Amino acid sequence: MQELIRRYGISLSVMMAAMTAFWLLALVVIPNLVLFKFSFRLYLPVDQLGGPNDVYTLKNYVTFFNSPIHINVFFLTILYSSLVTIICLAITYPLAYILAKVLKPTDTATFFLVLLIPLWVSEILRSFAWFIILSMQGPLNAILTGIGLIDKPIRWISGFQSVVIGLVYAYILFMLFPIYNAIQALDTNQIEASQDLGASTWRTHWRVVIPHAKPGIASGCVMVFMLCAGSVVVPTTLASTNSRWFTEIIQQWMFEGLDWNVGSAYAFLLLALCILFVSLVMRVLNVRLVDIAK
Amino acid sequence: MSEDVHLSQICMDFGSFRAVNNVEVTIKPGEFFSFLGPSGCGKTTILRLISGFMEPTQGAVKIGGKDMKGIRPNARPTALIFQNLALFPLMPVWENITFGLEVRGVSKEIRRAKAEELLQLVDLHDSADKRVSQLSGGQKQRVAIARALAVEPKVMLLDEPLSALDLKLRQHMRAELRAIQKRTGVTFIYITHDQGEALAMSDRVGVMSQGVLQQVATPQEIYNNPVNGFVASFVGENNVIAGKVTSVSGGMAQFETAKGSFQAKLGAAVGMGDEAKLFVRPEFCSLRPANEAKVNSIPVEVTEIAFEGNFVNVFVRDQAGDTHMVQVQNDPSVPPPAPHTACQMVFNPESCMILSEAATSRHGH
Repeated sequence: MQELIRRYGISLSVMMAAMTAFWLLALVVIPNLVLFKFSFRLYLPVDQLGGPNDVYTLKNYVTFFNSPIHINVFFLTILYSSLVTIICLAITYPLAYILAKVLKPTDTATFFLVLLIPLWVSEILRSFAWFIILSMQGPLNAILTGIGLIDKPIRWISGFQSVVIGLVYAYILFMLFPIYNAIQALDTNQIEASQDLGASTWRTHWRVVIPHAKPGIASGCVMVFMLCAGSVVVPTTLASTNSRWFTEIIQQWMFEGLDWNVGSAYAFLLLALCILFVSLVMRVLNVRLVDIAK
Repeated sequence: MSEDVHLSQICMDFGSFRAVNNVEVTIKPGEFFSFLGPSGCGKTTILRLISGFMEPTQGAVKIGGKDMKGIRPNARPTALIFQNLALFPLMPVWENITFGLEVRGVSKEIRRAKAEELLQLVDLHDSADKRVSQLSGGQKQRVAIARALAVEPKVMLLDEPLSALDLKLRQHMRAELRAIQKRTGVTFIYITHDQGEALAMSDRVGVMSQGVLQQVATPQEIYNNPVNGFVASFVGENNVIAGKVTSVSGGMAQFETAKGSFQAKLGAAVGMGDEAKLFVRPEFCSLRPANEAKVNSIPVEVTEIAFEGNFVNVFVRDQAGDTHMVQVQNDPSVPPPAPHTACQMVFNPESCMILSEAATSRHGH
């Protein structure tokens, strides 16, 4: 803080601190606390508010555990978020390695620009773009039938297919950057030393590059997984008749059922269960939180 | 156990830049061979060509008579010690050392035993389970050597591995490296810009400049009989006087300069009537009273005295204003002349050489 004042002066420093505090408190902490409180109250008609029925209860949380359909949707959300995470990892690891260690630094800059430009377009537009690409009469089917790879158009928007494709596209860069940074920081001599000592390419990755990139991989996976599980726009835009996402249920409670109390209970359940899941996976893969923060 | 390395007419181009130009040398089995040269002379490129991280544009690398073309670094019988050592920070010391065995599928028990054995060899006990970050610079050095030795290479390649160490440790590790090389009998190819290292450790030294191998010889030969001006001035100190060869008889020549006429040994590639330079080492010069006429003498005035401990550097200026250096042994009974003393700098005809400039031919494109 003193360093901040010395650099920017007292007024600018206070303003920056105040704005950060405002963002944290007014836009993150307080709304969450309000919702947290909501989640323990009942959805009551206005005239009963403050009355004998207006009590703190776990009923909203119990609603979830009494609803097999919602539990099912929750597990599907976790499952497909994990799938998206794995697909992202499989695509970005080689890409990150090539960007960090194979390409010349001058080329890397161009590549990053090309990768980043789509990110400037809003998520909803990008999802719609995929809706068009994947539709029955869309460009993807046109190309695939055109080059003779398939005989008749494939119904892409069915099951969780289109949602997974959309989510991979939407969040893949959140996987790429931490892994790229981690591999970038690896001394190239280590890779060469491994080769020189007789290791195959695969072995070098397994024993030298991946262990070094593990914090980046973990941080990318956590980020992509949490973003997927909490995503609303992509699963609604690219939804098929039988793909339901947990966030859609929360949305239904809040905006269709107007029951903010159960809605917030579901939201906190999603948060808590996702954190639990991520911690479990981290424990299994032997990654610590401090590694990710690096 | 060890193999010879034959670099056959090697050229290496990076775009239009020729980093290594027509290098031809055979390094004998079990030899300690150093490539010595300033940075950018192409010595590191040679190391990467032998280890397989690069393929030469022209020519061939042969190890034990076998052409290495197309053989990747992981399949060559070489082990490289990197300048920054490149130890694996996430593995304990013993796993670092036996990494090369691990990738060859050797069982953990055998690897562990091998690690202990190699740690004994490099004089590093009780460190098997330490992390690399817990080791000192010299200890890391030893781990890197052990790691390279573990794969039982036919040829060991060392890329200035001592440059990060402090002076005392560096001198100690020189002796250590030399001893390990003798003990194992592996061919060592050592890259350095430090002439002291190259001279002290090597059986033979190859001096490089601008991609060209200037001279390959024993350290004594390199120092006492350099083939050209580059080798003479890169290895050790010199007093240099420009002039012209006026007569030649046997290996000796008469050399006319602005400072007078001198007798000197005639270097290779210099002939009658050539413009060249006279090189004389400071320790082969001595100072005599001004009135004592001598062969090969220059009238000078002492300007400065630098006491270095076991020897004394006396800086003198001749009448043209050029500075020369005379190195004398420290001897309290015969102190060097005081500054401003007029005297003569003399040197023996057998201990000075007439040499041409370095062979810098980068043609051949």
